[in-house]
Amino acid sequence: MNLTLRIWRQHGPEEKGRMVKYRVEDVSPDMSFLEMLDMLNEELTLAGDEPVAFDHDCREGICGMCSLMINGSAHGPERATTTCQLHMRHFNDGDTIDIEPWRARAFPVVKDLVVDRSSFDRIIQAGGYISAPTGSAPDAHATPVPKADADAAFEAATCIGCGACVAACPNGSGMLFTAAKVTHLGLLPQGQPERDERVLNMIHAHDDAGFGGCTNTGECHEVCPKGIPLASIGRLNRDFLKASRSISR
Amino acid sequence: MDLATRRVVNTTVGKKAVMAVTGVILVLFLIAHMTGNLKIFLSTESFDHYAHWLRTIGEPLLPYSWFLWIQRIVLLAAVIGHIWSATSLALKAKAARPVKYAHRRPVKGSYAARTMRWGGVIIVLFVVYHILDLTTGHLNPVGDSSRPAGNLIADFAPGRWYVTLFYVVAVLTLAFHLRHGVFSALRTLGQQTQTGERRAKAVALVVAVVIAVGFLAVPLSITTGLIK
Ligand code: FES
Repeated sequence: MNLTLRIWRQHGPEEKGRMVKYRVEDVSPDMSFLEMLDMLNEELTLAGDEPVAFDHDCREGICGMCSLMINGSAHGPERATTTCQLHMRHFNDGDTIDIEPWRARAFPVVKDLVVDRSSFDRIIQAGGYISAPTGSAPDAHATPVPKADADAAFEAATCIGCGACVAACPNGSGMLFTAAKVTHLGLLPQGQPERDERVLNMIHAHDDAGFGGCTNTGECHEVCPKGIPLASIGRLNRDFLKASRSISR
Repeated sequence: MDLATRRVVNTTVGKKAVMAVTGVILVLFLIAHMTGNLKIFLSTESFDHYAHWLRTIGEPLLPYSWFLWIQRIVLLAAVIGHIWSATSLALKAKAARPVKYAHRRPVKGSYAARTMRWGGVIIVLFVVYHILDLTTGHLNPVGDSSRPAGNLIADFAPGRWYVTLFYVVAVLTLAFHLRHGVFSALRTLGQQTQTGERRAKAVALVVAVVIAVGFLAVPLSITTGLIK
């Protein structure tokens, strides 16, 4: 199939960018979206042009490196799918596809479609960990975890930190990401000692990075490739309010 | 406020908590206000008597109409807190996306969620008008504070259908605001499970519908001549 692409091109962080039109021909419906972009880049390189910069790594939907706002949807039109796992069969011959980077103050554009997501790293550094002596692996049954908690913690732990929640949020909020981390660690016994500190520090890091606040609109959950439940934001709110009360005491 | 509290209130989650708590206060007031309004269906005397009673709550401990003034101060503080948190979160949200998308799929969230901010502005304008109309009487055709039922009936007389229409628009805007607002407040105050989410949304819908029906019953009944 033949497609028209309109892609955001921007030479560097300080440069002004714009949408540029490209034609790609003979795209196979079996290609992934990123393979289609590889094909375009090959042509651009052969023609002596600068290839389009975009983020990717595993191409298996597990690392969270790929991004892209495709026709106004984070990770494209398919639900619970990363851009690398999106296939061209979901598009039609003759389509025009708009491709833009994540847009948020906390995610500045580095080049073309690549954005700097280190603000997520700063949120993690503020509390997205547990302090426990490592060493040999403990016995699996040494610390019992109720099944329901283990399931909910695991569901939250599937967050790959891609930033689609921020990209889709009308407020540019990173609350779903932060909530996933708080839920994941806060539900497990190993996460208890730092539970209060964690949520307070992570929210401060979140706000300092320039993310907006949550209005419970739910766009984040719609685009999340891992389907992190919106209700986890309620857990974050509750932990935050509880932690605030206990430190002011 | 001490430093620790201020640090909490100034976070995005802290501001949402302020919005939720002030919102709950305002919803409780709305429910009481709506229940009182329905007295007009008993008789105009009953309504006038109720309006007078409001001024005597707490007597003899509180002097005449003090309760009402205390309530007004609490409500004003709640409104200020609600608007402060909403404005500061809206500004932060605006700053959070300096470059807009060229192509943006329309936001899927409910109509109610998308219209919270402008809906809020409409509600504030309505409340100002409403106070000048039926509290102070300045904009009321009769404006006799000793006979509130008379003011009400003159206000929504069939010939003044445009006033009724304005009330209908305002109440429907309020209902949409509550449909998302009540859910959002419950979520902010810690509602955290998926079953709870369905329940919280149902509660919000019920509150919105009850408030809309309760507040619309009076003006519509007067305009259509059901109450004279
Ligand atoms: S490239 Fe790893 S998730 Fe898409």
